[in-house]
Amino acid sequence: MIDLKKADINFKWEITRQEGGEGLLKCFGCSDCSASCPVRYLDDRYNPRKIIRLTLLGMKAEVLSSPFLWLCAHCHACTERCPQGIRVAEVINAIKNYAVQQGYCPEGLKVQLNLLNNSGRLYELEDFDLRKRQRMGLPEIAKKIPDVARIFQFTKIFERTAK
Amino acid sequence: MKRYALFLGCTVPVRAQHYELATRNVAKELGIEFVDLKEGSCCGFPLKALDAETSLLMAARNVGLASNLGLDVVTLCNSCTAMLSDAQVKLKESEFRKKFTELGFTYPNEIKVRHFVRVLYEDIGVEDIKKAIRKPLNNLRIISHYGCHYLRPSYLHTFDSVENPHTLDELTGLTGATVIDYQEKKLCCGGSVLGVDEELAVKMANQKLSIAKNNNADVLISICPFCTVMYEDNQRKVEAKFNTTYNIPVLYYPQLLGLSLGLPPDACGLKFNRIKPDNIISKL
Repeated sequence: MIDLKKADINFKWEITRQEGGEGLLKCFGCSDCSASCPVRYLDDRYNPRKIIRLTLLGMKAEVLSSPFLWLCAHCHACTERCPQGIRVAEVINAIKNYAVQQGYCPEGLKVQLNLLNNSGRLYELEDFDLRKRQRMGLPEIAKKIPDVARIFQFTKIFERTAK
Repeated sequence: MKRYALFLGCTVPVRAQHYELATRNVAKELGIEFVDLKEGSCCGFPLKALDAETSLLMAARNVGLASNLGLDVVTLCNSCTAMLSDAQVKLKESEFRKKFTELGFTYPNEIKVRHFVRVLYEDIGVEDIKKAIRKPLNNLRIISHYGCHYLRPSYLHTFDSVENPHTLDELTGLTGATVIDYQEKKLCCGGSVLGVDEELAVKMANQKLSIAKNNNADVLISICPFCTVMYEDNQRKVEAKFNTTYNIPVLYYPQLLGLSLGLPPDACGLKFNRIKPDNIISKL
């Protein structure tokens, strides 16, 4: 049951202000996204149409706290089919970004953030890897890319994920 | 000689060196020269769900490195391709460009971002590749896997057809192998949800592996390290979950092409494949 007394009418505007969220309001609920979705095909806990409907209605807590939001594989099958031309996967991503700011960041993403802050790539080049690359005749590449940590400082990403 | 900036990303230089090796050797054979982006970082895609703007700035920095060399970028991972392409479009927006510049990055020349397979198709072309084939792989049955971000979203790639792709099948056919035609070319490997729900990811990977088996494929061709993680590294997990045996080798397209160009299996990195491609080597 959806209890509209709990609706937050500003929720949809918050999402449209996120990177990639601007197409949200064009949704007329046809469900082509869900019909095209390879995740939905295997697991009915994930339903992009429902997430978008609930967002438009303002069911903020329900959407942001749902672990199913994170099941989107970002494969863009929905984007290709949307008759309204909404970049659906980008809208779902915008909702994820907003969820992070509101304190719903999955632990796995925080781990990746820290790895990237340390070395600039997800897998740090250990001495073992460097030797293997050398043996295979592959060229040297930088072990650490400090510019990535600088970008994180600039966008204040750790402040955004601190909630 | 055609020159490109080679962007490796996170996974290829550490976890898929055989892909990198085969790519470099195939490139040499076909008259392609790579200038390495030694300072290339993660493309940014893993952080997109966390904060899209941060991930776009990471991607734009990488695009900027190539732009400063005046070279188009070649990528080896589908998600890197989409992420860097996205940044390249984003760099046209003044507000984003301002932040990029404030960080001290520059983008002096407009450049293209394309996957290596697309570059083979567009810049070398099927006719010239066909002429270079020395050792046709006539005895192999091959199923190709495109992966999502090689073609989608189409507003970034404007190449091939998202609903009915053909470029990878065409390139695979040049090696002399029999290309298996099937409906579900668009299927996602499940790699993006592996960290969130392993069971679901394994179910997604199972779909294509079972199609490969039902079609008696000798090998599955991948062009993305994420997809290979699902189909090769996790193949045993999929088999256990569905109580079946696949034992289907997963080769990166340049490994297969390399063999048909007459390169020895070692030059194509075949000994580094986790599912041993003995069935392929014995048929060479």
